[in-house]
Amino acid sequence: MKAQRIIALTKKEIKKTIREPAVLFMIFLFPIIFVFAFGASFGGVGNNNQPTYNMGVVNMDTATSQNASQLLLNTLANTKIMNLHTYIDNQTAQNALSQGNVQAIMIIPDNFALSFTSYTTSQNNPNTWINSTITLYLDKASLTATQAVPPIIQQALNTIQGQSLQVPSSPIHLETASLINVEHSSALDFIVPGMFTFASIFLIMMVGQSFAQDRENGMMKRIRVTTTTPTEFMASQVISYMGIALIQAALVFAITYMLGFRPNVGAPTYAFAFLLVLLFSLSNVGFGLITATIAKSPGAATGISFLFVLPQLFLGTFVGASLSSTAQLAGKFVPSYYVTNALTTLFIRGASISITTILFDLSIVSASCVAVLAVGITLYAKYYKI
Amino acid sequence: MSQSAIVIEHLSKKYQDTTALEDLSLQIPKGELFGLLGPNGAGKTTTINILCGLLRSTTGTAKVCGYDVQKEPAKVKDLIGVCIQETAIYPYLTGAENVDLFGNLHAMDKARIKARSEMLLDKMGLSEDAKRRSSKYSGGMKRRLSLTLALISDPEIVFLDEPTVALDPQSRHAVWNFLKDLKKEGKTLILTTHYMEEAEELCDRVGIIDHGKLIELGAPQQLVSKHGVKNLEEVFIKLTGRNIREDA
Repeated sequence: MKAQRIIALTKKEIKKTIREPAVLFMIFLFPIIFVFAFGASFGGVGNNNQPTYNMGVVNMDTATSQNASQLLLNTLANTKIMNLHTYIDNQTAQNALSQGNVQAIMIIPDNFALSFTSYTTSQNNPNTWINSTITLYLDKASLTATQAVPPIIQQALNTIQGQSLQVPSSPIHLETASLINVEHSSALDFIVPGMFTFASIFLIMMVGQSFAQDRENGMMKRIRVTTTTPTEFMASQVISYMGIALIQAALVFAITYMLGFRPNVGAPTYAFAFLLVLLFSLSNVGFGLITATIAKSPGAATGISFLFVLPQLFLGTFVGASLSSTAQLAGKFVPSYYVTNALTTLFIRGASISITTILFDLSIVSASCVAVLAVGITLYAKYYKI
Repeated sequence: MSQSAIVIEHLSKKYQDTTALEDLSLQIPKGELFGLLGPNGAGKTTTINILCGLLRSTTGTAKVCGYDVQKEPAKVKDLIGVCIQETAIYPYLTGAENVDLFGNLHAMDKARIKARSEMLLDKMGLSEDAKRRSSKYSGGMKRRLSLTLALISDPEIVFLDEPTVALDPQSRHAVWNFLKDLKKEGKTLILTTHYMEEAEELCDRVGIIDHGKLIELGAPQQLVSKHGVKNLEEVFIKLTGRNIREDA
């Protein structure tokens, strides 16, 4: 393998990216314009379907009979909006929250039953009430959860206390521990992780078009009559597109930073995030090669590429957050889902890169990258030779 | 190394129901300018593609300078330059960048690439436009650049698949002169063309191929005398008929 050939072909790809207006637009300008437009105008997500929320419950109520807390939990469960998961302590629940397994945690205090009883036995005498505070932690990565969960719990509390919403006076208070941070988050924060993924997805189209074009105009044939080996050729393509993906990620980050995105994470997390995007770009090169194998012309490659672009776009980027639960389940079959999920967990939930969710996402992205790239190269080499 | 540049023995190529090449045997000595003639779809490009390693033959063998094209393709590719039928150049690169790229793909050193590039671009009349994007070139300039790419590595054997198609008379004559110079340098050239006057002007020998079979072989004047006609075009028509052929 000669570095001279790989460098020459890589330089050629870079010149193509810079000089071809269509390539430049699709790879760089389109994601930039999109991020700007979407970032500046994004107002929220949601749909008409009734969403459900997974909420962790840590019941610290020390009363012998936990009728009061059980009444609250039953009321919440009966709403059909909340799926309750019981945890033995706050730490375990926090781990689940940071990995995105639940969207909220409710800590029922040890004096909850006492507080509830003091209220029900003497509703009109606040002096005899025993105050208690239910602490609520919310998933900062879920805009809908941060907006919807607190009122639902408050309404459940009102229901069990026999209150109307207009008379919220009660010894039981709801304190949303992480809402303070959420209030400082903009809608942009919720979509930025998906934007990194979004930009890279369009490599599929560019790779598909590029290979089909070079095949159609005879360039592939011309390269094959030189001593360039298939390994050298593919290495140059992989290096070129990884470079493009890196620049894309840097541009998206720069723009979102300009728009106010300030994740509270350190350099290792950024490095990890960029690594994840690079790995993802390799699977997109693989999808591009599959596209080029099927397509007979560059035009056909554009159309066929959408077979891979759209599912990844709708099921695996920020768009997926507002889809139905069925669509979100389907998203687990596309690599982009795991990239967005990992970036969300890192940037928005502030999780460490060593937690199980991140490692799981990384392993899925790595495995899919190797598998899709191998399938792409094998198929293309079988039908068209490299 | 063998004294024959090309040795083809009983070469056949079949595509499912179609026979593109049938039992072709041919020897081309070093330093010869050989013309492979035939109607559309006769098997000329298939022959060239097998010789330069782009296609595998169904049966038979082909050797280039003694190297089997299927068993030792890397050694063959080291010795050959190919001007394919398509005008294959990268439109977003300048003329000089295209040449430089292919010099690097042949693993030539920088100084040699520069020297060969300047010489070839000058001979092809492309020096003044070397720094322009090749997408801005005229059809003739693109064709001449395509020929330059085939020659950058200073190959021993050059395959030219219809190199003058769509060129104006001036460009065509410039290419002819260049090919004559290459022959004087001792290069072996294998040329396919539809222009009989081109074959008559340039080729030491021609082989006429039809329906995948070699139906005539010899020097142009020898074939003209043998068939008692005025020129090579009449030999061609006499042997292949007047029916219009189209590629499948």
